[in-house]
Formats: sequence, structure tokens, C-alpha cells
Amino acid sequence: MTVFARRGTGCVARLDAVETQVLQEVLTQVVDLLSEGHDLSDPVMARLFPDVYPDDAETSADLRRYTDDDLKAAKLEQAGTVLGTLPEGGGVVRLDEEQAESWLRALTDARLALGMRLDVRDDTDLEAEIDAAVARDPGSARVQQLSVYGFLTLLQVSLVEALVGY
Amino acid sequence: MAAPQVTPVETPEVDEATAPDTPWVTVVHNDPVNLMNYVTWVFQKLFGYSKEKAEKLMLDVHHKGRAIVSSGARERMEHDASRLHAYGLWATVDKS
Repeated sequence: MTVFARRGTGCVARLDAVETQVLQEVLTQVVDLLSEGHDLSDPVMARLFPDVYPDDAETSADLRRYTDDDLKAAKLEQAGTVLGTLPEGGGVVRLDEEQAESWLRALTDARLALGMRLDVRDDTDLEAEIDAAVARDPGSARVQQLSVYGFLTLLQVSLVEALVGY
Repeated sequence: MAAPQVTPVETPEVDEATAPDTPWVTVVHNDPVNLMNYVTWVFQKLFGYSKEKAEKLMLDVHHKGRAIVSSGARERMEHDASRLHAYGLWATVDKS
């Protein structure tokens, strides 16, 4: 499995062709979701753009007028950084500190979106979920998505470790 | 580096009209997706907290479900919440 490691001032990982393609697809889905509009009745969008005042919808909505455009632009930019630094067809990805931080934020958005769709909870045991999904139908979309979620998690944990040392 | 300022969760409700200087707080809530080492890093990065303090706040979020990560003027707390949203953390603003 691919993980990031520290090399000098940068973070480096070797991605095979499939891993590269998975990241391309997942981050493109995030870009598409953000570009589609701003439907906050979608639980994924509501999680990516949380109410600042959960008990005061009106004040939250007022505040959104000043914050959501910038927040969306930032999320699109960080997803774009991942897409722009992926080696076509697989290979070595080499990130400077700023790019690594963009990757961490973008991987978070992707995992939040996927986690909401998969109904990941605090007590979710990913391996047990995958085993159960495989037992029901090894070829199902859920098996694939759970595996992608696990891959993104591993990648993100290792990138934090590579960047800050813990 | 910002001086760490955390208001105890147990602070009683204060009527804003009688206490205009009462600071507001930024609260980070637990979620099942964000990773422990990532959350610790975000607290260090955004607030300049030591690793020890950032880790303690992260564990509070994880075990207690929420933690106050900054306190002060309302506008600054709204700014902090927005910065935390850019990092994918679930943050809200509340009266202390």
C-alpha cells in the first residue's frame, strides 16, 4: 500500500496507476459536487459548509453570504492542487509543504463526502464493514467505496506523519 | 504565537445585555471521519498551540464530543470557525 514519507523538505509517495486513477476520480467528484450549486439540503454539502450557529438558521444564513464563496473557492483550489500534482498513469508524487497542506485539506473533504455517503460512524470498523459487504456482493459499489475510503485514510494519516512527524 | 486561552465549559450562561464584554467561543465537535493526528495538526497550525495543548483539545473533542478551541470577540470567533471549516473540522460559535 502506498504511504507518504519525508524526503528533505518535501513529502513523497509512489502511486501506482490504479491509485492515481482512484484519486483522480474521487477529487473530480469533489470538484463536481462543489461546482453543481450550493444545495445545503444535501447532507454532504451541509457537512462541508456547516452552520456556524446551529440553533440560529437566520444568523447562520446571513454569515454564509460572507463566508461560503471563499470557502468554496478554497476547497476547489485544494482539490485542484491534488489533481494537478498527480503523476499521469502513476509514479512518484512529490509535494512541498504548501502542496502537502492542500492535499491534507482536500483528502479531508473527499473523506467527509465519502464517509457521509457510506454512513461511517464513530464505532465503524472498516475491515468488518468491507468483509460484510464482500459477503453480500463482492462486486458491489459499496465494497469499492469502502476500500477507497480506507485508502484515502491511510494516505492522509501517512501524509500528516510525513509532514509534522506524528 | 497566540497565547492559549480556553474558557471552562462549565461557565454559567451570562445575559449578553448585562455583560457586553462577555467573550464568545469557537467549539469543535466530534465527527467520525477526521483523523486524530490531523486534528492535532490543525489546532497547532491555526492557533499556534503547543503539541501538548493541541493533543489535549483533540482528545477532548474525541472523548467528550466537543471542545472550546478559542475564545474572544464574536467576529474573531466567526473567523476561526470559518478557518476550521476550510480544514474540514465541524466548528460552531457560541456564547461562553
